[in-house]
Amino acid sequence: MARRDDLGLRAALADRLLPVLVAAMSFLAALALAGTLASASLAASWRVQAGATLTIQVPQPDDPDVSGKLTRLAAVQAMLARTPGVINPTVMSEADENTLLAPWLGENVAQLGLRMPGVISASWAGPGAPDALGATLGVVSPGTLVDAGAVWAARVAALTGSLQDCAAAVLVIVALVAAAVVGVAARAGLAQRRDTITIVHGLGAQDGDIANRFASRATLLVAAGAIAGTLLALPVLAWLAALATPFSGAAGGLFNLPPPLWFALPMLPLAAAGIGWVTAQLTVRGWLRSLA
Amino acid sequence: MVRFEDVWLKYRNPAHPGASARDVLRGISFEIPDGGFRWLTGPSGAGKTSLLKLMYLAEHPARGFIDILGTRAAHISRHDAALLRRRIGVVYQDFRLLPQLSAYDNVALPMRLARRSEPQIAADVSEILRWVGLEDRMNARPDELSGGAQQRVAIARAVVGRPKLLVADEPTGNLDDEQAERLLLLITALNRLGTTVVVATHNMALVERYPAPVLRIEAGRLVGHG
Ligand SMILES: Nc1ncnc2c1ncn2[C@@H]1O[C@H](COP(=O)(O)OP(=O)(O)OP(=O)(O)O)[C@@H](O)[C@H]1O
Ligand SMILES: [Mg+2]
Repeated sequence: MARRDDLGLRAALADRLLPVLVAAMSFLAALALAGTLASASLAASWRVQAGATLTIQVPQPDDPDVSGKLTRLAAVQAMLARTPGVINPTVMSEADENTLLAPWLGENVAQLGLRMPGVISASWAGPGAPDALGATLGVVSPGTLVDAGAVWAARVAALTGSLQDCAAAVLVIVALVAAAVVGVAARAGLAQRRDTITIVHGLGAQDGDIANRFASRATLLVAAGAIAGTLLALPVLAWLAALATPFSGAAGGLFNLPPPLWFALPMLPLAAAGIGWVTAQLTVRGWLRSLA
Repeated sequence: MVRFEDVWLKYRNPAHPGASARDVLRGISFEIPDGGFRWLTGPSGAGKTSLLKLMYLAEHPARGFIDILGTRAAHISRHDAALLRRRIGVVYQDFRLLPQLSAYDNVALPMRLARRSEPQIAADVSEILRWVGLEDRMNARPDELSGGAQQRVAIARAVVGRPKLLVADEPTGNLDDEQAERLLLLITALNRLGTTVVVATHNMALVERYPAPVLRIEAGRLVGHG
């Protein structure tokens, strides 16, 4: 029965504006979804890498330590070797250090004749964060800095956590706006077809007959818009994945998107269609109740 | 059977929902047995259309009791009201055809709502359009038809489902005498097959030619009955 326009309700919804608006919102939703999943997977890999890392900087490494018996670097090394939880402390070679600093100071760091701090890297296997380590080392070598990856890991976790909250908020807002847009479109369609609907209602059409027609139409338009918006988001997501390559350490491109995203993206049009159906049904049925 | 018992009607004014509305119908009581025929007459603005609206469930009374085809109108669910409307054929004073549908599809509308099969719809719609003399205008849209032809489409739509109750509001207003005569033949034929009929009209000549009990209404009150 819905094939034919037997109730004269075919063009009952704004046919162009609705899918375009929904496409724009699906685009935003796809980005928000990708943001949530990508930041979650990046954060996970960063946490693993950073959580175990200790970087210790010893200024003026060749000067004598507090006791005057050893160089500062040697004193710190000796202290680290005695500290439980510190594993495999390794003095970074000057070449490695220069490589590390090259992005900030340029390739010719060696020629700058800077007095570089000694850098020791180690892994941390102790309980909690090594908060007291800096003070302990400072006793033998004043000014020694301990950069605990765990602190960064906690900050990264907090940051990605709030990013994910924002993305979730964006998704909720987009869903609410989508529902509002469908509601407004359905109301406009109802107002435009007021006479037709009143007549069809008077001839004994059930509320469901009328609501289903509006809702099918709305669902179709919304699903089309959502598919278009999601597809349009793919190139942008590929571009973002390429930008994220240095951080994620994997090859860039579309195929590097987090696997859960490939499951989540097709859900967008489905969710949009669901929102379209439910909103149109509620709007039309509510409006019909104003008829006798 | 159609039964009204002390029925009052007010129209709420959507612009002033709080304002006290005028009583358009006051204490209307009558009964039409199954298969009965009634004329409904009265001056313009007396409340004929308003009374018919209560009969085809387009308005709710402010007070009183209404029984339509054995169903108490006040206690009916929306679903059952829709089913009851399908058993009532209505010829509206202003036709109310769907402008975007052909004459054929307009007449087919109630049968499609009742989910009849297309072959049956085709047979019944063609037959009734032949009856009202529009078999060669089936594909015309309402705005391509004269006022009288539109009225005949509206009549065809009202009777195509063989309703148990036929409510016609000024159905001969746009018809010439010959067409009016033909319409009355159709309606009386339907009445003889058991349909309860109420026809509102200003056409007293027609009332005299087809004698039947008259409900006369003036200023919202029933002044003549029987
Ligand atoms: N929807 C409405 N809202 C408010 N008042 C209305 C409405 N419809 C009708 N009325 C008023 O109710 C009264 C009765 O109107 P109704 O249409 O029932 O008269 P009628 O007997 O059918 O007249 P006519 O012979 O001209 O068709 C009139 O005073 C009219 O102005
Ligand atoms: Mg009237």
